[in-house]
Amino acid sequence: MNLLKIAPSPHVAGKHTTQNLMVGVLLALLPAWAASVYYFGWGAILISLVSIASCMMFEFFIQKYLLKQQPTLNDGSAILTGLLLAFNLPSNLPIGLIILGAFVAVGVGKMTFGGLGNNPFNPALVGRVFLLISFPVQMTSWPKPTGFTADVVTGATPLGLMKEGLKNGESVNAIMAKLPSHMEMFYGHMGGSMGEVAAVLLILGGLYMIVRKIITWHIPVFTLGTVAVFTGILNYVSPEMYAGPVFHLLTGGVMLGAIYMATDYVTSPMSKKGMAIFGIGIGVITVVIRVFGAYPEGISFAILIMNAFVPLINAYIKPKRFGEEVKNG
Amino acid sequence: MSSIVLYTLLTLSSVGALAAIILYFVAQKFKVYEDPRIDEVEAALPAANCGGCGFAGCRNFAEALVKADEFGSLYCPVGGNETMEAAAKILGKEAVAMAPMVAVVRCGGSCDVRPVINKYDGAASCTVASALYSGQTGCQYGCLGLGECVDACSFDAIVMNPETGLPEVIDDKCTACGACVDACPKDIIEIRKKNKNDRKIFVSCVNKDKGAVAKKSCEVACIGCKKCVKACNFDAIVVENFLAYIDHEKCKLCRKCVAECPTGAIQEVNFPERKVKKEEEKVVTETSKKNKEEGAC
Amino acid sequence: MLKTFSIGGVHPAENKLSANSAIEVLAIPQKVVIPVSQHIGAPAKAVVAKGDVVKVGQVIAQSGGFVSANIHSSVSGTVTKIEDTLDSSGYRKMAILIDVEGDEWLESIDRTDNLVVDITMSAEEIKQRVAEAGIVGLGGATFPSHVKLAVPEGKKVEVLILNGVECEPYLTSDDRLMLEKGDQIMVGIQILMKALNVNRAIIGVEKNKPESIANLEKLSAKYKGIEICPLKVKYPQGGEKQLIKATINREVPSGQLPLNVGAVVHNVGTAFAVYEAVQKNKPLFERVVTVTGKTLAKPSNFMVRVGTPVSSLIDAAGGLPEDTGKVINGGPMMGKALSSIDVPVVKGTSGIVIMPEEQASRRQATNCIKCAKCVSVCPMGLEPHLLSKMAIRQMHDKLEAEKVMDCMECGSCSFECPASIPLLDYIRLGKGRVGNIIRSRN
Repeated sequence: MNLLKIAPSPHVAGKHTTQNLMVGVLLALLPAWAASVYYFGWGAILISLVSIASCMMFEFFIQKYLLKQQPTLNDGSAILTGLLLAFNLPSNLPIGLIILGAFVAVGVGKMTFGGLGNNPFNPALVGRVFLLISFPVQMTSWPKPTGFTADVVTGATPLGLMKEGLKNGESVNAIMAKLPSHMEMFYGHMGGSMGEVAAVLLILGGLYMIVRKIITWHIPVFTLGTVAVFTGILNYVSPEMYAGPVFHLLTGGVMLGAIYMATDYVTSPMSKKGMAIFGIGIGVITVVIRVFGAYPEGISFAILIMNAFVPLINAYIKPKRFGEEVKNG
Repeated sequence: MSSIVLYTLLTLSSVGALAAIILYFVAQKFKVYEDPRIDEVEAALPAANCGGCGFAGCRNFAEALVKADEFGSLYCPVGGNETMEAAAKILGKEAVAMAPMVAVVRCGGSCDVRPVINKYDGAASCTVASALYSGQTGCQYGCLGLGECVDACSFDAIVMNPETGLPEVIDDKCTACGACVDACPKDIIEIRKKNKNDRKIFVSCVNKDKGAVAKKSCEVACIGCKKCVKACNFDAIVVENFLAYIDHEKCKLCRKCVAECPTGAIQEVNFPERKVKKEEEKVVTETSKKNKEEGAC
Repeated sequence: MLKTFSIGGVHPAENKLSANSAIEVLAIPQKVVIPVSQHIGAPAKAVVAKGDVVKVGQVIAQSGGFVSANIHSSVSGTVTKIEDTLDSSGYRKMAILIDVEGDEWLESIDRTDNLVVDITMSAEEIKQRVAEAGIVGLGGATFPSHVKLAVPEGKKVEVLILNGVECEPYLTSDDRLMLEKGDQIMVGIQILMKALNVNRAIIGVEKNKPESIANLEKLSAKYKGIEICPLKVKYPQGGEKQLIKATINREVPSGQLPLNVGAVVHNVGTAFAVYEAVQKNKPLFERVVTVTGKTLAKPSNFMVRVGTPVSSLIDAAGGLPEDTGKVINGGPMMGKALSSIDVPVVKGTSGIVIMPEEQASRRQATNCIKCAKCVSVCPMGLEPHLLSKMAIRQMHDKLEAEKVMDCMECGSCSFECPASIPLLDYIRLGKGRVGNIIRSRN
């Protein structure tokens, strides 16, 4: 008989592992990925593969040869970073740029801080924002959804068109007439980055993750809720100048950002109250940039800015302690 | 030069100058007076910030030295007597010469003499394991082999030997700061006097169980038989709770106890090989000792 | 809506394999090892010597102080040794070894089966009897029960809460007791109510014990003042503070006792022992122990004499399986892994769980991904990831500020952690060190 094993309690463990949590998020993204392939054709497939492969490759080489550690590709976080980075890019981005973006995302955004668990900023967003600021032209020529055709037709996203139109003095309703309908936007039939398009599938994936207890509802609900309320107020005050909440929720990367990027474990707060504040902050900053700022889309910057506040939130917003308020039943 | 560049230069320069002036006055106003000798003494210290002196870092120790009327027991084990002399010169005080010390691991229960009877699967910390149970062997006092002492050492002076499962002190690097002593939950490591040629004689066991119980778990355990006490001519050994202890101040390194110990619990380290058998030792001891060893008695 | 506690909690697999096994009286072993410390507080002091002949129920070690308990012999025979012997603590501790001869009990013990319902003792007499009988918390905490019955001046007890929750997976000893000895438990509860001068008692039972709940509800019609409260199945519902919150919706403030919210909690097994002590003059020397495990041939519940080696229980349940990796004293969440199966059963041994080799090893620990699952499952609202990191870095002031002393060591955090980080190992370490610092301040 083997020797008995001794360890401190507990002697059983739950079913979650880092690996199956990452796989769960990947599964949740699968419907939206399928939709982007449907809308954007080969470009979508190419970008996803290049991005995932580059992220994995950079993580492997940095860990093995620079840091001289055991590579930890099995935990699935590099694959997830790769896919999320691809989701944030236009499907016609040159391959060299994708690889560069992957390098910045994994190398600068994650490994410089000490690898998984130590980065303060969302790595996929670090890569995306780097590309956006360094290569603004390529990063803002969005392909129109033409499926598996040979030619890619590019144009601005609905958000971009709205921004341009408002700058030129057109009214909201006039611009809306030129854009795809709300229903079309809900199902993803519009220009945009790979993962921005199909709101319905992103929401479905989000619900899947909540049911499987991979994420909680707090960050998505507070982020989207804040965007809706803020834009709702603006739209009520001046419907000519400010587009309504439905438009704002369905366009741009708000759905993707609120459900998949802001909920990244490593860069979000630990307590429920903290998550609410985090979500509200992202919502406010997103709307401010969208409506009053220079860029048409603000969610990436908003998430990165709020990521910077997370250590502060964690230090001061503590979870509710048992026995804090003396209750008398 | 266009006027814009001129105005920019002027504005930035004046802002810079103004800031410099304000900072200078503020620095002067809020300056904390410190005895300048503290800086000098700190520079003489080894800057290891290990806490071996009992103070919170080298600067804290420097402050204590400056404040103290006399050095007394204030001593930096890392820098040793040399450093204390240097500090004494700066302060015009007397340095008290201390004997050099070294950490000694007092457990000989390696894998081959102390059988493993269960497998530990918890966090790799000796304190965690010690709080949980008595360890992977039958000896409830012995080294747990999880390396908390190795982690505690800031001088890389103690390493775990994978073959024996016991930690080993590298005498040259050890500064006797005491970090490993504090880290060990079983009080196995002791700071003892450092002898010439790094020679050591010590009881490599801390087992306080009755002799039969101790020996059952480990072949080289101390069984408290007191043969060593009888052999020692210098009253350096006491046996308490079935465990012998050699006082390192009184021990003259004559090795008589090592020969008497029936289990091999007393270890002699860095001595030349004995060429004579135990029975003949009494006759040959005096002459061979004078010939081979320097200053052993 | 079933009542439950509001913060945290996990759902380990229940595995109540022995739920349908009626309590069997285990044969008395040939030798017993009775440790003198089977409780929280000062160890008892032996009052017998080598060679003494003892009877069942005789005091063999006297309580060592107020927070301490008497130890009674569970067998009749001759004392052979009083020495340090390996017990379930993992260390050798003082114990009285007895060679068994026959089964002779003290004449003063009532060995008849009839239910004695009338409580003739006064409150003071009850408290004295509980103390004399060496009764300690049989849920596993082993806190001397008479101390909990001593209500200090100025404090009032409003309700007695009985812990029939048994939230640990695998364990079923309380379940079987509530099913088979329901009447005795009810009388025991009434005795405790008299001692505490309360007229309301609530028995909390998890919903996964429907027959016990039905039995108790049927009995509660006969016994005044006792309510049954079925609770949602969630670990650690059996924790004292969580039980009080779920049954009467009051939270015991940090660092305080249940008495401060008007409640006293006792395990149902303790209530049964109180019945036997007060109505049958029988001290505590035997208890129900669950012996279970997926690879065990016959998961069972045994009535075991204190001092019986664990190996006897395992043999009676079908023998130690070949592929055993761990033998746990208690449940898998808070129980202690044994280094040897020759250790004795003591008053706090609620169960023995056999784990096969494949399930006995921990997963490899990886980086913390700050998923905050540990925070969401901690029933005390603490931040285990933070406490663990602080404990490793020995940041004792911060640990105390982060309320590490509130930790009840339930293990939910380590259980849930996807990175398999041994959070509780380090938190316990930090808690121990901070506890020492706090004690040295006074």
